[in-house]
Amino acid sequence: MSTIPIFADENWRLPSRGRVGMLSLIIGESAIFTIFVVAYVYYIGRSTYGPTPQILDIPIFNTVCLLSSSLTIWLAEHAIERGRMRAFAAWWALTMLLGIVFLIGTAQEWTRLIVHEGLTIRTNLFGTTFYSLVGLHATHVVVGLIMLSLVMIFALLGRIEQRHAERIQVLSLYWHFVDAVWVVVFTVVYIVGR
Amino acid sequence: MADQTLPIPGSLTATPSRGAAFLEWLHGWVVTVDHKKLGILYVVYAIFFLLVAGAEALAMRIQLAIPNNHFLSPEFYNEMFTMHGTTMVFLVGMPILFGFANYLVPLMIGARDMAFPRLNAFSFWLTAFGGLMLYFSFIGGFGLYGMGSAPDVGWWAYAPLTAKAFSPGHNTDYWALSLIVMGFGTLGTAINIIATILSMRCRGMTLFRMPLFAWLMLVVSGMTLITITPLTAAQIMLLIDRYLGGHFFDTQAGGSAVVWMHFFWIFGHPEVYVLVLPAFAIANEIIPVFSRKAIFGYPAMVAASIGIAFVSLTVWAHHMFTVGMTSVGNAFFALSTMMVGIPTGIKIFNWVATMWGGKIRFATPMLFATAFVLQFLAAGLTGIMLSVAPWDWQLHNSYFVIAHFHYVLVGAIVFCIFAAIYYWYPKATGHMLSEKLGKWHFWLFLIGFHVTFDTMHFVGILGMPRSIYTYEADRGWNTLNMIISMGGMFQAVAVLIFAWNLVDSYLHGKEAGNDPWDAWTLEWSTPSPPPAYNFATDPEVRSRRPLWDIKHPNDPDWKYEQ
Amino acid sequence: MQPSRSLSSSRFRPCFAFSLCLGAVPALAEGAQSTPSILAPASTPAHEIYGLSLFVLLITGSIFAVVAGLLAYVVVRFRARGPDAEHEPPQIYGSIRVELAWTVIPVLIVVVLFLTTARIIFAIQDAPEPKSALEVTVIGHQFWWEFRYPKFNIVTANELHIPASTLLAPEPTYLRLLSADVDHSFWVPQLAGKTDLIPNHPNEMWLDPHEPGLYVGQCAQFCGIEHAKMLIRVYVDTPQQFDAWAKNQQRLAVHDSTAAAGKQVFETQACVNCHTIVGTPAHGTFGPDLTHLMSRATIAAGAAANTPDNLRAWIHDPGTFKPGAQMPAMQLSDQQTDEVVAYLSTLH
Repeated sequence: MSTIPIFADENWRLPSRGRVGMLSLIIGESAIFTIFVVAYVYYIGRSTYGPTPQILDIPIFNTVCLLSSSLTIWLAEHAIERGRMRAFAAWWALTMLLGIVFLIGTAQEWTRLIVHEGLTIRTNLFGTTFYSLVGLHATHVVVGLIMLSLVMIFALLGRIEQRHAERIQVLSLYWHFVDAVWVVVFTVVYIVGR
Repeated sequence: MADQTLPIPGSLTATPSRGAAFLEWLHGWVVTVDHKKLGILYVVYAIFFLLVAGAEALAMRIQLAIPNNHFLSPEFYNEMFTMHGTTMVFLVGMPILFGFANYLVPLMIGARDMAFPRLNAFSFWLTAFGGLMLYFSFIGGFGLYGMGSAPDVGWWAYAPLTAKAFSPGHNTDYWALSLIVMGFGTLGTAINIIATILSMRCRGMTLFRMPLFAWLMLVVSGMTLITITPLTAAQIMLLIDRYLGGHFFDTQAGGSAVVWMHFFWIFGHPEVYVLVLPAFAIANEIIPVFSRKAIFGYPAMVAASIGIAFVSLTVWAHHMFTVGMTSVGNAFFALSTMMVGIPTGIKIFNWVATMWGGKIRFATPMLFATAFVLQFLAAGLTGIMLSVAPWDWQLHNSYFVIAHFHYVLVGAIVFCIFAAIYYWYPKATGHMLSEKLGKWHFWLFLIGFHVTFDTMHFVGILGMPRSIYTYEADRGWNTLNMIISMGGMFQAVAVLIFAWNLVDSYLHGKEAGNDPWDAWTLEWSTPSPPPAYNFATDPEVRSRRPLWDIKHPNDPDWKYEQ
Repeated sequence: MQPSRSLSSSRFRPCFAFSLCLGAVPALAEGAQSTPSILAPASTPAHEIYGLSLFVLLITGSIFAVVAGLLAYVVVRFRARGPDAEHEPPQIYGSIRVELAWTVIPVLIVVVLFLTTARIIFAIQDAPEPKSALEVTVIGHQFWWEFRYPKFNIVTANELHIPASTLLAPEPTYLRLLSADVDHSFWVPQLAGKTDLIPNHPNEMWLDPHEPGLYVGQCAQFCGIEHAKMLIRVYVDTPQQFDAWAKNQQRLAVHDSTAAAGKQVFETQACVNCHTIVGTPAHGTFGPDLTHLMSRATIAAGAAANTPDNLRAWIHDPGTFKPGAQMPAMQLSDQQTDEVVAYLSTLH
């Protein structure tokens, strides 16, 4: 294409495709969560029988863990940007730990609800909407943890370098999204819905 | 095809057998991550299912040609209309339009491939697998001995008909699962298109210098992110109801059938704009080239497209005017639906203004594009009629609605798909399609289309509802139904001529060269078919029509564009 | 009830010639008297919709004429011809004034359309129910209609009898729409727009037919395998006819001793699990009430005429007329079937 005139425009900067791709994925996922949240909110108080949201305990510790993991992953991003790989690995591991604690807490909560309160997904409308929404979020936490563990393995093998900082940031976007969704789910299920 | 492998030094003496060469060729197609090959795979896949879904339509029209016919059983007829709709939307419409996007967008923006080539391939194979899963339903279950388990609940699958109690077999499950799988494929492609357009344009190609085709694909992909996902969510809820004992749509337990309708149409309405915007994209490229004028009002066209995207998110409950919403609710959705007609109308005016003062050449692509403008105008106006909620209380679920949406889906979208294939086939294959066969295809299809779908409006006005496997002989619908069915035969013949043209021209068609239509966007600067790497050197552009600038160095676009 | 709210007649006049042409459309149909045409309204809601539709058609028709006319002109006038085709025409990139014009004009059209539409929405949907209204509860089943007249203590199926409603003696019918299973939709085009029957979501609609006669319709929301055969017959009666019909429906089932054998078969077979015959041990509610079966012109929600032969075929195997209907083949012997048919034939 040498016949097309070249003109003086040295700054041709376009957004990184990783970031654009991840943001697009997040938008799509937000739409899925929105539908589940809308169903949850619409069906509040409409169960014709069975346990009500009063049986829920507010998962404060769990929430603190998960939201702190956003902070720790941000610190990990910060570390790798500056080439501090050991700090990066430490913060990354702490992030994973907090995520795992969150999942254990969710498992404990569900065990209590199923065994002691008799609430399952099929018990009534509340059970269906509760387990679906919280479960959908938990599934995303699991997927996030799998991705985080892949990075952890690479980090432990010494294969992660400073030049991978941008990819780490893209992955962290996903983790921040999962945390942001929890803020919404928590508010809707444990505050508004009770 | 577009495969340009260099010979391996030292292997000159080994001549591969025919079988081995074929396998290698096939392997190349199966493992490809090249956007051009994937685009062609999507289009071929969609054309195959166009023939299948067309056969389903013909079967229905034979059944309905006379009252109380026994050509199809009620069970099978219900599977036919469900599968016809589901196939046409998900296995024809979406794949072919994303296939065109895949092929053309990187070429048009001066890129070498999509942003995520492996995701591209993965998305295609997900879509393909989902389609096979959907069609497996015909032989799944007791299919070898009976009617099979193909979905039979309508492509809209209203609750509670889809509950285990009322649909005990696996029909609904095939519907939900295959569409969830295909939905992930579509999501992947949408993400890819957005990332490609935002992150991989060549130097100088600002967003406002992109071809309108790329703009519309960007808008469509953005819409897809929030359109397909509500359907996925609703289908997950349906499967939870069916298999985990959930109560989302269980009206006995406090659940609501209306909630399904809301979720489905929050997907369903923007979905039809996802289908029609690429048709606009195609028209935006073809009409200017064959009128020999730049598109009239490029910024207005961009604004109108974005406007359509946003407004179309607010109209969904016009599919639910008869459900018992409040009068205020009905009034709101009537207004929003009327409003979406405004940016849509603006596009039509801009196309006519593009042609005004031009020197129009009526090659086959332009024949289809011109018919598209007229038919889309009519389709939009019957849409306005349906937006008038009280009139919709009569017309809803009647053959008038079927006529309206087939006017859009066939009269606008399929006509533009045909135009696009006639226009870009030379680029993809290096051969021109036969103009003579193209004109036969056009006129036969045009006549068949109008015989069928113009008549269909009237039989709806006379009170004939949809989704019925037969009708009473004394309601006055007999002659009209026969006419509608006859029109289908014309369309079938036309499509067969088209299929023949595709194959024959590939083998014997005239050589196309780089730029057979004297066009102006970057894809016409490459050889036909383009090499795997698209461009020898990265292009740089200075206006919306880089090739116009080269061909008219004394009168380049960048001097005059707003 | 409030006076008939049709649009002012001055708006009708320009449409008169046009509606004459539209009126020809039903003539395209054979058996025109039972064509459920939207263009032959016989009740206020249908009339309101018809009037509105003519107005909308005028607007959309005009838009079509203008734009299609322009397109036709362009296609002819600006075709590439002869040697002139070699040069490119002047390139016009756009015009803000033109864009503004063809944005503002459609906005104005939308405003007019919307205001007219909203008026009719509120007129039909929010019409207050007068005291003289007849109330009927409609329950949709797969694949038949149950009609209950709560104030009359009448239960019947598939064929709705309502009184004509005139300006002098207004008696509109208000239908309360419920569903026993899946979604259905009640559509009798000449009397009103359709309204859906959705389980756990009661809906309401009203009709006030002016002329006695038979008006046909059918279910308009896909409800399963035999959706196509869920037909509706609405008999609009004169007040005297309606009174006579209602009195008959209120009576207990006719007791004809010549049909005792069939009554015995009916009551000892599974028939009683699904059907009610008032005044007998049959109290089933899953299927249609058969107390006055012979007062109906059709059986199986219109799938067949109500004749002894059809009744016989239906009882022997409902799949004869409606494969997939919820009624099972009763596996009766020929003699039992004959006796039951004879018995049912006495239920006037």
